[in-house]
Amino acid sequence: MKKTILSVSNIKVNFFTNKQFYFPWQKREIIKAVDNVSFNLKEGETLGIVGETGCGKTSLARAIIKMIPITSGSILWNDENILSFNKSKMQKIRKEIQMIFQDPLASLNPRMNIGEIIAEPLRTHYPKITNNKIKNEVKEMMVKVGLLPNLINRYPHEFSGGQCQRIGIARALILKPKLIICDEPVSALDVSIQAQVINLLKSLQKDLKLSLIFITHDLSIAKHISDNILVLYFGKTVEIASSKELFENPQHAYTKKLIASVPIPEPTLK
Amino acid sequence: MKLLEINNLKIFFDTPEGTVKAINDVNLNLLNNESLAIVGESGSGKTQLVFSILGLLAKNATATGSIKYESQEILNLPEEKINNIRMNKISIIFQDPMTSLNPYMRIRNQMNEVIIHHKGLNKKDATKQSISMLDAVKIPDAKNKINMFPHEFSGGMRQRVMIAMSLLCNPNIIIADEPTTSLDVTVQAQIMELFKDIQKEFRTSFILITHNMGIVADTCLKTLVLYGGKVMEYGLTTDVFLNPSHPYTIGLLETMPRIDREYEILKTIPGNPPNMMKLPNGCPFSSRCSYKVNDCLEIQPPIKTINNQNHQRACHVSLAELHL
Amino acid sequence: MIINKKNIEDFSKNLSELDEIKGRSLWHDARQRFFNNKAAVTSLILLSMILIFSFLGPLFAQWSNEEIDWVILGDISTLGIPSIETGHFFGTEELGRDLYSRVIQGTKISLMVGVIGALIAVIVGTLYGAIAGYFGGRIDGIMMRIVDILMSIPYMFVLILLLVIFGRSIFMLFIGIGLISWLDMSRIVRGQTLSIKKKEFIEAAIATGVGNFTIIIRHIIPNLLGIVAVYATLLVPGMILTESFISFLGLGVQEPNTSWGALISEGAGTMRYGTLWQLLFPLFFFVVSLFSFFFIGDGLRDALDPKDR
Repeated sequence: MKKTILSVSNIKVNFFTNKQFYFPWQKREIIKAVDNVSFNLKEGETLGIVGETGCGKTSLARAIIKMIPITSGSILWNDENILSFNKSKMQKIRKEIQMIFQDPLASLNPRMNIGEIIAEPLRTHYPKITNNKIKNEVKEMMVKVGLLPNLINRYPHEFSGGQCQRIGIARALILKPKLIICDEPVSALDVSIQAQVINLLKSLQKDLKLSLIFITHDLSIAKHISDNILVLYFGKTVEIASSKELFENPQHAYTKKLIASVPIPEPTLK
Repeated sequence: MKLLEINNLKIFFDTPEGTVKAINDVNLNLLNNESLAIVGESGSGKTQLVFSILGLLAKNATATGSIKYESQEILNLPEEKINNIRMNKISIIFQDPMTSLNPYMRIRNQMNEVIIHHKGLNKKDATKQSISMLDAVKIPDAKNKINMFPHEFSGGMRQRVMIAMSLLCNPNIIIADEPTTSLDVTVQAQIMELFKDIQKEFRTSFILITHNMGIVADTCLKTLVLYGGKVMEYGLTTDVFLNPSHPYTIGLLETMPRIDREYEILKTIPGNPPNMMKLPNGCPFSSRCSYKVNDCLEIQPPIKTINNQNHQRACHVSLAELHL
Repeated sequence: MIINKKNIEDFSKNLSELDEIKGRSLWHDARQRFFNNKAAVTSLILLSMILIFSFLGPLFAQWSNEEIDWVILGDISTLGIPSIETGHFFGTEELGRDLYSRVIQGTKISLMVGVIGALIAVIVGTLYGAIAGYFGGRIDGIMMRIVDILMSIPYMFVLILLLVIFGRSIFMLFIGIGLISWLDMSRIVRGQTLSIKKKEFIEAAIATGVGNFTIIIRHIIPNLLGIVAVYATLLVPGMILTESFISFLGLGVQEPNTSWGALISEGAGTMRYGTLWQLLFPLFFFVVSLFSFFFIGDGLRDALDPKDR
């Protein structure tokens, strides 16, 4: 029986639209970016979160690791509610939950070489570690994600998009996390490279027993990589089901519309 | 009559780091009321190809070859002459609807600018034309919406405005450069439906540039596959999709996960996108090709026609060897 | 793509023997672009020459900057002209002192005021602006309102007041100029920080758990240095101009110290006596240095921001 490692319940994330300084009697407009979303994630599983622009998937991802404040709800990581954690307790959790971003080049500091970029999480959480050990771990990780380790001194702009994303994955994996949140990791990549990165993530997941939360707007990719899928629309849960169930038997009208909109490369003879 | 005829087109860029051969000998034809899809990834040169048609290339570009519109040479035409063609005979829809429209001008003024410049109508008539075009692209309440600013529209609506703008002078060819890449998938479906309706109603020819094979399948009659500035395969969409004859096309079709199929592990095209400054003498795809033979790196593959007249491929490896 | 594990292990054993390839950082690219810019390189050479002159010049001086040449004193307009025999290479100034040594001293002081003033602006302004921009919210609001208030105080007035109250000294000059110079820089840095803050690599650092001040120093400031360097080279002439203006008014450095502004002031005053060299030599150094700084600033901007090419 696989263990449930993440349990998100009734998350609400509200944003206010007024400026910094406002008078007490001015009503502030509320945008409900995430409106009462709940899901569970088991060890080694992948949850796909799909939705279109404005559905709140980005806000949800950042809320899970407390990068943006949560209005209400609870997030249980290994049965502890991390919302009540203070900064130092949260630091320990950050070792276990990592993130990969959409724009491969923009997610890397252009002034640091990739060795330093991949090593940063190590230096942050293990400040006493020796330089030699860091170098070895970084090189080992580079090989694991399919990069030549002798490129360790190169800078991000010297790599292609797909390679930059591998660097991002290496950085996320170096602390040996249990969960990686992938925020549209292949949307900005060429089609012929997308499959490489998806295969890499899947094989790393198998090797390292990772759980993944895979956010995407591409249903075909979500179908391939996810065990369960959560469909969001304007912050609300539209449908949550196993990948198989969702595509064979979609319940909600929006889900059906989404599935019907995906173009199939099969020309209908005119 | 061939509406658009491109022969031996080469576009080279002169940069401080070297010469970039963005397009290296491309030939294609477009007839009346025909739709062509140009499929390629980054570095294929697809955007530069259509920019050269409308004279939009950067200053450090050198374009050679021939581009004929209705049998008249339009490649490298001086500004005044190519201006008559832009938006009038050949119009273009750009990729990002957020930045294609001037945020400081009302939609009405931006659309009127096009008609007034080319057709010389007065403001009132121009506005009437614009409103009727906005109706044609199914923007609700066009009479009032036309007075709004671009930021008041959503992405999909802005793209519709761009499409309306491109139709204003009733052009013979509409070029759409990745028109749905930045749009949601449901909006994408609506826009592609709109393209199909427009083709039927206005009988314009279309050139659709994209990397998304899915949207090509139902909307375009012919498909041209570009890689590293060269044509890999060119033919009827049905032929190219159902009987792909080039390793790159086969790879592309296999590597994209389809919603109607199951996969254990995705098939990949190994390697990285081409380095446009260090292209091999032969086929630009050779370094990533799993069917590669000795000649591929050094010698340019000849363009051969297969089956019927209309299906072309540029490959050293024979069809028989590919399907083994 | 991942091949099987054994292949990877063999692969990595071979790879550890491979040499590490050197990376080509963005600074390296910028340096190359800068040295391709002829105007900037020429200015750099000129400025270096002026700097070397101010250090090596005294070796050739035959008079100190305080000594009065009594022989010439009576008839400066004819005897005080620049000549090699009398040892007054640049001629003498009104009181009979050697202009060559005075110009050297003025160069040292003016450049020092310019560079140190700019340095204070850079360090204080960058840290202040980066902190305000990164933390945002109320902290940003308060910090920037302080800057607004300080900016609205007429600085000339304050500076002159300070100099009058605490006496004229170089130290006072530094304090006065330092108090004003960081304000503009902090605004610029704050603006840049706001746009850098939105980039994904900052989000990545936050998600990793990097501390706030470490993020500011490791991630934000290195990506600001481009703008800061450009603005700093434009600040230096600004400092020199401010100091010159104050000295021109007679309130700057005290005798026997001098600066370009003071020398130009004196030279302009004696123009009608035909002793034009007293004006032209300090003016020459002043103008050449300012132009050089401007061209270097321009060159830096082009080198660091290739999108504007």
